[in-house]
Amino acid sequence: MADPMKIRATLQGDTVEVRVLMAHNMETGARKDSSGTPIPAHFIQTVNATHNGKVVFAAQWGTAIAKNPFLQFKFKGGAKGDKLQLSWTDNKNASRTDEATIG
Amino acid sequence: MNPSRRKALKAGGSLGLFSALVAMGLVKPGDAWAEAWSKGVFDAKGVPEALAALGASAPTMVGDIVITAPDIAENGAVVPVGAVSKLPGTTQIAYLIEKNPNTVTAVFDIPAGTLPEVQTRVKMGQTSNVMVLVKADGKYFAAQKEIKVTVGGCGG
Repeated sequence: MADPMKIRATLQGDTVEVRVLMAHNMETGARKDSSGTPIPAHFIQTVNATHNGKVVFAAQWGTAIAKNPFLQFKFKGGAKGDKLQLSWTDNKNASRTDEATIG
Repeated sequence: MNPSRRKALKAGGSLGLFSALVAMGLVKPGDAWAEAWSKGVFDAKGVPEALAALGASAPTMVGDIVITAPDIAENGAVVPVGAVSKLPGTTQIAYLIEKNPNTVTAVFDIPAGTLPEVQTRVKMGQTSNVMVLVKADGKYFAAQKEIKVTVGGCGG
């Protein structure tokens, strides 16, 4: 399984600011290794964030999101102590879900 | 095959399966459903083809979309790009990098209660216009900014 995401969710006033750092090579498929063999594309395709069973953010990504993707978004309706789930799925059908507590 | 399933699969080819299922009334948009991935959108090359794949053929260029990004990217492999939409009813923000091999970089869905803003980091192969496309109240709007790249980031 891939390395865990680093998630920071902080309540600022009535808004939760979420910053996520994901561990993923995000290979475009355009690179070649030292012997000239193409390195296959391997990248996160979908991202979902849920809070209290509701999707609060979702994304579809292509290969041009930078390696070890960074993402920041904000939503309302969260409270300190609430849980936030972040998940991603990549083009090889691997996936990862991590949880953070809103602080 | 069940005709509505055939219709859903047929619609799914262009819209993305999740959107097609919502259109069919089989899934509510708020469902905690894994976001589907639209191959046609991410295969599109050039802005006109990308906009067509997104169903956004003639976005209105506006100043209500604020793009935060460097004028010159130090490293094309990691270019920070932020976007804020001041348009009411924003439901989607997309990043299009004109000169990248595949133009659409990201599509972000903004459910009700989520602020219409996002920050991420992208790869740029060369100096290019970066367009931020916004869907608000069912209509499409856009802003763009040129980002100069001295060291390309796509690995070519």
